[in-house]
Formats: sequence, C-alpha cells, structure tokens
Amino acid sequence: MAVVFEKTRGLTDVQTHYCPGCTHGIVHRLVAESLEELGVLDDTIGVAPVGCSVLAYKYFNCDMHEAAHGRAPAVATGIKRVHPDKFVFTYQGDGDLASIGTAEIVHAAHRGEKISTIFINNAIYGMTGGQMAPTTLVGQKATTAPYGRDEAHAGRPIRMAEMLATIHGAKFVERVAVNTPANVRKAKKAIKRCFETQINGEGFGIVEVLSTCPTNWGYTPEEALKWLEENMIPYYPLGNFRTPEEVE
Amino acid sequence: MPKVKGRVTFQENLCKGCGLCVSVCPMKIISLNKEKINEKGYHPATVKEMNKCIGCSNCATMCPDVVITVERLTE
Amino acid sequence: MAKVLMKGNEAIGAAAIEAGCKYFFGYPITPQSELPEYMAREMPKINGVFLQAESEIAAINMVYGAAGAGARVMTSSSSPGISLKQEGISYIAGAELPCLIVNIMRGGPGLGSIQPSQTDYFQATRGGGNGDYRLVVLAPANVQELVDLIIEGFDIADQYRNPVMILGDGMIGQMMEPVEFKKPKKRELPEKDWATTGTKGKRKPNIINSLYLAAEELEEHNKRLQEKYKAIKENEVKVESYNIEDADIVVAAYGTTSRIAKTAISQLEKEGYKVGLIRPISLWPFPYEEFNKISDKCKGVLTIEMNTGQMVDDVKIAVNGRFPVYFYGRTGGMVPTPNEIAEKVKESMEVKSNGCSI
Repeated sequence: MAVVFEKTRGLTDVQTHYCPGCTHGIVHRLVAESLEELGVLDDTIGVAPVGCSVLAYKYFNCDMHEAAHGRAPAVATGIKRVHPDKFVFTYQGDGDLASIGTAEIVHAAHRGEKISTIFINNAIYGMTGGQMAPTTLVGQKATTAPYGRDEAHAGRPIRMAEMLATIHGAKFVERVAVNTPANVRKAKKAIKRCFETQINGEGFGIVEVLSTCPTNWGYTPEEALKWLEENMIPYYPLGNFRTPEEVE
Repeated sequence: MPKVKGRVTFQENLCKGCGLCVSVCPMKIISLNKEKINEKGYHPATVKEMNKCIGCSNCATMCPDVVITVERLTE
Repeated sequence: MAKVLMKGNEAIGAAAIEAGCKYFFGYPITPQSELPEYMAREMPKINGVFLQAESEIAAINMVYGAAGAGARVMTSSSSPGISLKQEGISYIAGAELPCLIVNIMRGGPGLGSIQPSQTDYFQATRGGGNGDYRLVVLAPANVQELVDLIIEGFDIADQYRNPVMILGDGMIGQMMEPVEFKKPKKRELPEKDWATTGTKGKRKPNIINSLYLAAEELEEHNKRLQEKYKAIKENEVKVESYNIEDADIVVAAYGTTSRIAKTAISQLEKEGYKVGLIRPISLWPFPYEEFNKISDKCKGVLTIEMNTGQMVDDVKIAVNGRFPVYFYGRTGGMVPTPNEIAEKVKESMEVKSNGCSI
C-alpha cells in the first residue's frame, strides 16, 4: 500500500477551532501543502489578520504575524521589504479584505508588492457571529441584514477579483471555490500558481476562495456546499482574471 | 485497468463529525459512527466495507481537519 | 566631528540612518514632510527602504511588520496622522516590538493648524490606543538634542522591545541648527531571536502576536509588560533642572517652550528674582522625583505649555500638594513670548498663600 494522501508538514499539530464543516480547514491545507511542495515553507512568513482565521498563526508551521483587522497587506509589505528573499503571504477573510482593508489590498496590488494573498469569501462575518459583509449576497440574511441584504440600502456585494484584476501590479488574480473535490483540486492549482508569481518575483498575486460558513449561514456543512454552488458561484464567477503570461 | 484497492484511516479524535467526507465518497462507504463519541463529542467518520475503497482521496480532499490518510494498492 | 547646519526634520532622517535604521514608512503631512522627503532621497543610497504608504494606518502597520521581522524601522507624522496610527501603536506595544515613531505636533483638535503645538502630550504619555501600554516619550528642545534622542531612541526601543516616540513640535521640525552625530552610550542590546526571519527548518515558528484569548494568559502578559515599564521608569528618566534648590518659584516646561522660559528666567534674574526650571526630557517615564528636590521655601510651580494644560497634571502629581501649581498656556500655534512668561511668573509669585492655582 502506498500512501497517496497524508497530512502536510506545512500544518502544525494544533487542532483548529473552526466550526465542523467550515472550509477554512480545507484552504489551510491547500496553502500548507503548496508551501511545502514549492519548497518555501521554511522561508515563509505569514500574516493572519483579525477574523475567524486570525488563529491561523497557530496552524501554519512557519513564522507568523497576527495583524490588525484589514491591515495584513501593509504588515506583509513591511515584512517583504525587510526580507525580499522570503516568501510572504496573507490569509484574509472578506470582512477583513473587502471591507476595512480595501485600501491596503488595493495599494499592495498597485505597488505590485511581491506577496501572495489568500482571500476567503464566505459572504459573512464569521468570528463575530454572522453579520453582513460587503460580499453578502442581495437577499441573503445576516444578523445585521435581518430582512436580507437590500441593494437600495447597502448596495450590491463587491467582486474583489474583478476589481483587483484591473490593477497592473496584480500579476495573478483567480477566483476558485472549495465546495467539491474537483473544485478543491483546481483551487490548489491556482494557489500554487499564485505563489509561483511571488517566487518568480513577478508581482502581487491573489486567489479569492469561495468558502462556506455553515454556522452563520444556518445550514449543515453539506447543505452549505450546495448553497455556495447555487448562490455564490453565479454571482462570483470562477476563473482566472489575470496571469503573468498575459501581461505585456 | 488493474483493480485499484484503497484504504483510508481516520484519526478519530480530530474528527468534528461534519460529514463532508460522507457526502463526496463515490463508493458511498463512509458513515459517521453512531456507536462512538470522540473526545470532542462528535461521531467520528468511519468505513465499514474498506474493501470497496478505491483510494480516490475525495474524502481526504474535502476533510477540513486533515483526519484522513489515504493509501492505494495497485496490483 | 564637524557640525552641519540642518533642518530638524532632515536631521531626524540623518540621525536615524546614523543609528542603522534602514526602513522608513511614512505619509505626507505638514509640518513633518521634509523627513519622508529626506528619506526618499537618502535611503536608496544606503540600500535602505523608503516607502510612502497609502495612509498613516498602512504606514504604522508596515512598521509593525518590519519591526516583527527584526529590522530597525521608523515612521513619522504629525498630530492627526499620529491619531490614525494609534491602533497600530497599541499592537506594536502589545507584541513588544521595537520601533521609533516621530510626532512633530501641530495645532488641534481636528484639522487644527500647521503651526506648532504641544497638544498631544496626553495622547503620547497616556496612550492614544487601547490597553495598558506605554510608549517611551522623549521631547527634545533643540535640533542637537533631537538628533541625540533619535539615535539613543533606537537603542532604548531595542533594549526594552518597546516603541519609542520622539515628541517635537512644528518649530523643532522646521528650524535649522548646527548638529553633530554622536555615538550613544553603550547598551546591552538583546538578540532579536524572536523575529520572523523564516524558520529555515531549524527552529519552532516565531509568532508576532498580541492576541491572548485566555484571560490568565493576557493577565500574565500584562504583568510582564508592567515589569518592563517599571524597569524603564527606574532607568530611563531624562530631565534637566536649573536652580531648583534655591528658587522662590519653579517653572516647568518642555521642548521649545522650555527655551523661551529660559530666556524669561534670565531676564527675571536680572531683576533679582530667583526662578528655577524643571525641563522633563522623558515625558514618559515622567521625572516625578525631580520635583522633590525643590526647596521648601519655594512658593509654587508654574507649568507653561503650548496647549490648554496637559503636562500640568503630571506636575501636580509630582508636587503632590507641597506647593500651589499654576498653569499658563497658548494654543492654536500661538507661541508664548519671554515677556509673557516673565509676567506670569511674577503674577504666580504674588498670589496670596491660598494658592488658588488653576
């Protein structure tokens, strides 16, 4: 018998605090495997800002910085400028990146900062208990949108991948999902290519990952995967928006 | 195509009983073990008919807590 | 070493580079913009990094990242910009990281003015961010002292793994004076083995963090911080005093205001008055004990600031009721003249013993 799937060295042995069925855990694994397989794990410094994934600083087996809400791209900039030869990534939620931290992510991309960002879009604020996020869909209920997001009141949800793809410095922009094994495998490919953009010194890279929040969506983990498929993917189309080759 | 034989092992104390593995197994052989509660208080995932496992790793791919190790035997 | 005539803001840059600072993250704001401009010119020459961030918030978080990565790093701004940095400063203090933060104060509140002021004393010494943290706050009164405090400030930051703030006012940043760059006193600076440099597979991951969800852990952490602050109070107080053992009245003032007070004092001495001066250089740790050296025959302490009364609170704590404490302040960028101060000193001395101070 040959082992074909086992735990990566990129994750510590700390058991995660994530809710049962929360796909944060899957994305953590994909990031950790990618770091290990690309041979950069021991030269990696990660940044985990406030959100459900702030505790990622305990889960990744590399040097980590805990950062203030929304400020991870700035913290990562400071680190990368001090250690241009190290691999620097941020792992951010949608409340973090698409709300309070919009300026930081846009300007890190504009500077073509050679860092990589994993952006978890689960259309809700998870850690604080289910409030509406900039990515919450129209009509989707949240504790601060009890009647469902009302476009007239709070506008339409923000599509970060498309927005960042207009920025020259953003050399790799892709949106993936982790709601099926096939999509998870594709997501890993995208994460590795995003990381390679940094390793090759080409510029800023980001992967937006559509992810579930069973607890705050009010679904079972399995139902949440289906809800993502039927509601999020239509509004947030999957695909690559920029790759280094395309860029002139 | 040689008959692919697979085997999965679950680190039961890590499992949160979320059932994602159950939902993606093509052979439908994974279930949450109702007779058991792990230290977290969940029914851990288990496989009764291991001989039907084809080692495709779907379960491990979907597991958020890296509970599952997959082995494959090709004759 | 030959002295060179430099504008305060640029002297800060030169001193920082002299101290081995290789990273500067900043943002334009009057009256300190000459510093980021200087760093934009000079950092590339020494293979250092100058980066203009998208905001003061981003700049302080870049400092947080670079400091956690083990670098000597600084930022600078002016009053409202420093307000934007407060959360970042609290994180840096909570994560126990060394860095230098320069505040060239301007008039406030709100947009205020671009003229000089000392209106951020409370923010600097009581903490504008959340939590029980402290910054070492050093207040120069001239450009040479500014340079000396910048150079020593980096060592203090590294020694105690704590942010250090240099608190000047618009004048200190804008005026030109001759300076030389001297080596600071020798200090035992600990290794930065806690920094994030990549494990190289040879050590456990280093984690830069200020989050402690378990109450016991956060209390333990706060106890450690308080022990550090106690050590700083014991070792890092800086103060200049003049004639306080024999004075009929003592003036308390810092920064530019203290220089104007000195002129007023020499005028008063010609008229036969015996006036002392206490000039705190470290605003935190505040030189409380210095005030115990004032002789019993003294009639009172007059605090003079370019604000509506902030350091005066610390003076009252220091004096602890031994004498009446008086206050005179100008704001909005108005700078007190020597004559004004001389008048106020006389007035304070004539006040009858009931000492209705403020």
